[in-house]
Amino acid sequence: MRTITYREALREAMREEMVRDESVFILGEDVGVYGGIFGVTAGLLAEFGEERVRDTPISEAAIAGIAVGASMTGMRPIAEIMFVDFTTIALDQIVNQGAKWHYMSGGKLTVPAVIRTYTGTGRRTAAQHSQSLEAWHAHVPGLKVVMPATPYDAKGLLKSAIRDNNLVVFIEHKMLLNEKGQVPEGEYLIPLGQADVKRPGEDCTVVATSLMVGRALKAAEILEAEGISVEVVDPRTLRPLDIDTICQSVAKTNRLVIVHEACQFGGIGAEIAAQVGERAFFDLDAPIVRVAGKDVPIPFSPALEDAVVPSVEDIAAAVRSLVKGVA
Amino acid sequence: MGARATELSQEDLLCMYRKMLEARYFEEKVVEIYAQGLMPGLAHLYIGQEAVAVGVCAALKPEDLITSTHRGHGHCIAKGGDLKPMMAELFGKATGYCRGKGGSMHISAFELGILGANGVVGGGIPIATGAALSAKMRGSGQVVACFFGDGASNQGSFHESLNIAALWKLPVVYVCENNRYGISVSQARHQAIENISVRAQAYGMPGVTVDGNDVEAVYRAAREAVERARQGSGPTLVECKTYRWRGHHEGDPNQGQRYRSREEIQEWKEKCPIKRLRTKLLAKGVSPSKLEEIEATVREAVEQAVEYANNSPFPSIKEAFSDVYAE
Ligand SMILES: Cc1ncc(C[n+]2csc(CCOP(=O)(O)OP(=O)(O)O)c2C)c(N)n1
Repeated sequence: MRTITYREALREAMREEMVRDESVFILGEDVGVYGGIFGVTAGLLAEFGEERVRDTPISEAAIAGIAVGASMTGMRPIAEIMFVDFTTIALDQIVNQGAKWHYMSGGKLTVPAVIRTYTGTGRRTAAQHSQSLEAWHAHVPGLKVVMPATPYDAKGLLKSAIRDNNLVVFIEHKMLLNEKGQVPEGEYLIPLGQADVKRPGEDCTVVATSLMVGRALKAAEILEAEGISVEVVDPRTLRPLDIDTICQSVAKTNRLVIVHEACQFGGIGAEIAAQVGERAFFDLDAPIVRVAGKDVPIPFSPALEDAVVPSVEDIAAAVRSLVKGVA
Repeated sequence: MGARATELSQEDLLCMYRKMLEARYFEEKVVEIYAQGLMPGLAHLYIGQEAVAVGVCAALKPEDLITSTHRGHGHCIAKGGDLKPMMAELFGKATGYCRGKGGSMHISAFELGILGANGVVGGGIPIATGAALSAKMRGSGQVVACFFGDGASNQGSFHESLNIAALWKLPVVYVCENNRYGISVSQARHQAIENISVRAQAYGMPGVTVDGNDVEAVYRAAREAVERARQGSGPTLVECKTYRWRGHHEGDPNQGQRYRSREEIQEWKEKCPIKRLRTKLLAKGVSPSKLEEIEATVREAVEQAVEYANNSPFPSIKEAFSDVYAE
């Protein structure tokens, strides 16, 4: 199979869907001439023209709202909001409008739109460009929230998101864009709401999202050498959440560590821990542990930024102490 | 700077010349350091736009306030920022204006009346408006100058703020730096108007457009607007037409050749605001050696700032956990 980057996989998903379905179009800041701030939409303007790849003014509320309105009336927009931090400006349209109209119309209106955006730390862009706000979106009934961790998942999930009849917030990680992986050519879909066991193991389950999946896998390798077998589960979609797969894993390993980059307080880890506590309490041999971003805004200075998000070693240490009782 | 008279003295003009050079040389140094990979994060440079910040700030008193943007080094310098803690902040050092927690995009210095550069486009506009309301309620006599770009003038925050400021006659001067681009999208592709100052009319305030590369013209327009604000007659929108020479940020390939021509950049370089003032000063009888002396001292000050930044320590990790809440 071919190896391509996460960036290319995302682009290919959009390209294939635009070829397949005339109603799919792209809008957002700098998505056309510039090819997207991170180069994900590069080349699409040349192929599909200005009608279907639309550079917009810097107007996030309007971008999201236009996607909602266009999708309610027969189009399938893919709106790019440059950083998840700026979805805050568009939250009325996402949360009060897009997430609600299907319900409030008694099921008559649908909002089949995708909001693509970028999350996370790593580029030293400080507190207003580095947040992980996925739990905010996942908190809202009516929204679906996707966070792919690999190129393969990125393509299959984005295609499903585009075909989904609901508003999907699709959160890509800036530091994964150059990540390479095997991706089939042409059509395949990964259903939303299906977790993936990224690595089987016996002693401890690590549920990790987005950039943290790779770090959890590295931690698992280190621990394997120490005789600890780790199962890594990636929910891929935060809402709907595939709690069954997570609980099955916990039933096997009897231990759970949850890893995400977002702040711990009120993060998606809290929800996963609560659900596992409710459903699989008697499968657990030890308390659930969360390894999450620190509850601080993201600092600019590299030394500080690295200290506030989970590292491979933080994850390994958490699993080690859970399994062996040593820190 | 003592320049607030109707006519600028030679002393005032020399002071402005020095400030513009500080902004220019500081950033030319940033170009070098950034290219060597020695500076973390993003650097959005102000080169070519120096007359705007310097002209506007010359019309302010030290106790007056400003809000700034992601392209804020020039504003900071014009409002009295010291090159050393500025450079240290760009390096993420403990001696920076924000102890390394803000970085290039978020420098603030309350002691100088700088309420912060801002990573969110349009984010500073309501803040400036609120600061102006506060000044009015406190009867402090302060005026607020609010800097933002042509792209930002499409945000809801701009429209909502101007409406309220005009309604409540707030002492604020909205300074739109029309450098013709919002990242890659030219003004003609993001708004249907040519002069952004016409928007003032819709909210019931004066709007003027000036040559943003002529520091005296900027000063005159700003002075009038500041006087109006100080007398209680309300806000003004001042649009300064200018140009950014560099790419959107250091790292935008070839200074933005994906979306603009070499010729266009060259044309604007010929309209250099600093050269223009230099020519004027020479015509007014200032000796070339006097100007060379200023140039040399500014270069030296920039070198010292780099040395200071280099020799400064990184913040300790515990710094990441302080300042989350005020005591
Ligand atoms: C709310 C928001 N949307 C998008 C961005 C990304 N962004 C940073 S600068 C910029 C362009 C700003 O253009 P303009 O206001 O004209 O200022 P200039 O960069 O030209 O100085 C964009 C889109 C952002 N920082 N904030």
